[in-house]
Order: sequence, then C-alpha cells, then structure tokens
Amino acid sequence: MARAVPTQRRITLSVVAWVIALLIFFPILWTILTSFKTEAEAVADPPLFLNFAWTLENYAVVQERSDYLRYLWNSIAIAGGSTLLGLIIAVPAAWSMAFVPGKRTKDILLWMLSTKMLPAVGVLYPIRLILINLGLLDTKFALIFILTLINLPIIVWMLYTYFREIPGEILEAARMDGATLWSEIAHVLTPMAVPGIASTVLLNIILAWNEAFWTLTLTTVDAAPLTAFIASYSSPEGLFYAKLSAASTMAIAPILIMGWFSQKQLVRGLTFGAVK
Amino acid sequence: MATQHSRSAARVMMAPAVFLLLVWMLVPLCLTLYFSLLDYRPLRGTFDCCEGLGNYVRFVSSSAFQDSVVTTLMMVGGILVITVIGGILLALLLDQPIFGQGVVRILVIAPFFVMPTVAALVWKNMFMNPVNGLLAHLWRFFGAEPVEWLTNVPLLSIIIIVSWMWLPFATLILLTAIQSLDSEQLEAAEMDGAGFFSRFGYIILPHMARAITVVILIQTIFLLSIFAEIFVTTGGGFGTRTLTYLVYQRVIESQNVGLGSAGGIIAVILANIVAFFLMRIVGKNLDA
Repeated sequence: MARAVPTQRRITLSVVAWVIALLIFFPILWTILTSFKTEAEAVADPPLFLNFAWTLENYAVVQERSDYLRYLWNSIAIAGGSTLLGLIIAVPAAWSMAFVPGKRTKDILLWMLSTKMLPAVGVLYPIRLILINLGLLDTKFALIFILTLINLPIIVWMLYTYFREIPGEILEAARMDGATLWSEIAHVLTPMAVPGIASTVLLNIILAWNEAFWTLTLTTVDAAPLTAFIASYSSPEGLFYAKLSAASTMAIAPILIMGWFSQKQLVRGLTFGAVK
Repeated sequence: MATQHSRSAARVMMAPAVFLLLVWMLVPLCLTLYFSLLDYRPLRGTFDCCEGLGNYVRFVSSSAFQDSVVTTLMMVGGILVITVIGGILLALLLDQPIFGQGVVRILVIAPFFVMPTVAALVWKNMFMNPVNGLLAHLWRFFGAEPVEWLTNVPLLSIIIIVSWMWLPFATLILLTAIQSLDSEQLEAAEMDGAGFFSRFGYIILPHMARAITVVILIQTIFLLSIFAEIFVTTGGGFGTRTLTYLVYQRVIESQNVGLGSAGGIIAVILANIVAFFLMRIVGKNLDA
C-alpha cells in the first residue's frame, strides 16, 4: 500500500531532489553545451549558458584534426569484440555451473571473482613484454583478448545469477522428451536466457568502453580507442574548451544512452549478485 | 538429475573459462615475481640474478613508498567517506515519492557512465582551471580569490573528481537496498511513534548494512587501482602519487623493472587483503 504523503512535503522533497540531481548532472550538461560554442564563447566571462550562437563547427574540427572516427571504430571493435568473445567463453561455463553444480562450483566461482581483484599494475610489465615479443603491442586483437579476460569473471557471474533463476524442471521435461544437450541449449535454454544475456552484454560493453588502464598503457596509435583519444587532449594548445567538449561528448554519448537502459542490471552485475 | 554424462559435459564447458583465467592470473604474476628478484633495468641492459629480497627492502624503505601509501589511503578513504555518506543521503531522498523520479534517477547515475579520461579532463579544464574554470567564476562572483585546484590542493581535486564518478554507484546500490525494505515494518514503527531518526537508526541503517559493506569493498578494489584520473591531471606529481601510480612510474617511466615488480607484488598482496573480506561476504550470499 502506498502511503499518503502530504502534497506540500512531496513538492519540497521534489525540489530538493531535482536541484541535487541537476547539480550532479551539471558537468555533463555543461560539456554538451560548451561543445556547441565557439572557443571564444567557451571561455566568456561571465559564462554563457544558452545565449550563444550555436555551432557544429567543433565536431567537424575534432573529426578532421584527430580523426575521431578511427578511435570510435577502435572503441567499438574492442568493446564489442571483447564482449562477444567473453560471451562465447562464459555462456557454457555459467550454464554448467547453474544447472550441473558440482562440489567445487562455488569455489570456482569465488576464485574467478578473485582474479578480478588482481591489481593490473602488478602484471603490467610482463603483459607488455609478452605482447612486444609476440608483435601484438598496440593491436586491437591484444586489447580484445585482455579486456575479455578482465571482464570474464563479471560475465560468468552475471550469467550464472540469471541462469540460476531458470527453473530446472523445464530442462528436465525437455530431456524427457528426448532433447539432446545441444537442442536443450539452443531451443529451451537460450530463449529463456535472452534477457539475462542482453543485460550482461550491455553492462560489459559499458565496462569495456570505459576501461582506461590497459587501453592507455598498451596502445600508442593504431589500436588506441576513445579513452586514449581524449587523453591526447590533456596538453592544452591555446583555446580548446569547445573542442575538448565536442570530443568528450562524442566519446561518452553512446555509452551514456546504453547505461540508462541498463541501470537495473548494473546493480546486479557490479555487486556479483550480492545486492539485488 | 545430473547424470555422469552431463557432469563430464559440464566440465568440458567450464574448462575454457577456467583455463584462460588460470593462465591470465598465473603467468604474468609469476613473471612479476621472478623480475622482482632481479636487478632488471632494460634501458641500461642490466639483467642480473639475484637480488633476493633486495628490491623489496629498497622499495618498502623508500620514502616514495611510504608517501604513496599515505596518499593512497587518503585518496581511497576520502572518496569512500564522500560517496558512502552522500550515497546514503541521496538514496534516502530518491526513495521518497518525488515528481519525475525516473528522470531524477537517470540524471543522478549519469556520471558513472562517463569514461575516466573524459571526467578528469572536463573537471580539470572546465571546472578547476583557476582562470577560466566555472569554479573560478563562482569564487570570483562571491568575491573570493579562485583556488588553484590541481596545483594547491591536487589530492582534494582528484578526490572530488573520482567521488563525482562513484557517487552514482553507491547511490544506486544503496537505493536498491532501501527499496527491498519491508514498508510495513516502517509503518508499524511510525505508528508506534518512532521519529525519522530512530526509524533511520534502528530499521533502515541496519537493513542497509550489508549493501554498505558491499559498496565499500567493491569501491575499494576499484579505487586502489585509480590510474587514468591521475594520468591526465597531475601525472603523479604534487603528492598525488598512489601506490599504483608509483609502480607504474618505476616499471614504465624509469624502467626499473626489478624494483617496480617488487612494488607490484606488494600492491597485489595489499589488494588481496581487501579481496579476502569481499569474498567472504559474497561467498556467504551464495549459500543463501
């Protein structure tokens, strides 16, 4: 039963909540606004909020000067590739853990999670050395592989918590009707697991897109994704706020939209099912 | 229900994931362990066996290490205090019946999806710049001298930036926890005359205790390896060199691989202490 709340109290709370929410969102809003200004307007004193001559020029300049589209493609390839590869490895593993749990399943799950806690910097040099020796430094292939491994524990965990909610009786019924292991997976399990898999994909793309340790330390030019593209704006050359804003907006927009769709799954994925 | 056949099939299906993670964890770690016992400086062509524990002694006894531990503790601690307290307050607020709740939620969680390099650079240039930054304008508007954020209070600046990115995470998880609270219990307490603070202290907070623990532990693991935010703002200067950044500098910038690897192993050990507690909480949850 919803409690009756006095209207006045509700209005006060709403105002407070909106003010705080807008304050938290403000840096993003300000970045988006600034991206439509000229460089002079971007540093105008006092700052201009909406009353400036809106222009798309910065977007064109950013693309022209730093080849945004190439970095975008690298980001898409790395985030998408590592998610796909992770899914191919994780779906069978999570399936078997959820439906044929053994004595050690719990230990294996916890151990997988513990690999996620290894500080990346502790293994940075060996990884670089291995990649250099294999001729794979600064390649998308290497980053896809590494990000797959980094996020694999989260993918397995998320899929596992979703798969566990699928009633085992349905699988048994399918087996009684003579379904083979393969047709059981393809025709019975997969359709029921699609929502869980979709959320897992979404969260993993977000994590891979924003990953900024390995992408900064293992790329220079060829495989650099948007995280590195933005980092190249850290040394200012003259007036550049509007261009920085345009580049930033382009780097975060796709993932911001995806993130809003996946906010519910986020809690589950990032707490490894500990908070639902 | 599990037949012998499905058991062996299950093992086969699990094998690639287990094998890859095992290799990923063991091979580089063993190499780091090995390097940490050598005098290994590739730029000078030094690759001498065997330093023994010399690198560890030198790393731990250097003032850079002690400073970096203090910096790390202050950074992680500061961010945790801000995000956990802020997250509790925000979660309580968002749990109230407010107009446009969905949109408010979307606005509040947005910073979590901003990539670290973007967040750090936008804050550094457009907010914390002492001349053109918005905060400088705000300070001048109130007649105050603008703060040179990243020069004079660099640690605080980075704490602010990273807290902004992680506040949504804490809020979202704590909100989920509050919403799972049985509202009848709260109503009963209210009927019995419990005020807001006693309801908060005796019902809401204990109910959230586990979620708060989870938030603290997960954030600690991610925060211990903050890198990009330091990389694009101070580059590890001005007292913002965390343990992670110190190891990065030793290994990559000054190419003292032996010494840096010893630092890396120490970072791994420290992170594992935190991880141990998280695993126990998550493990308990698995049985439930």
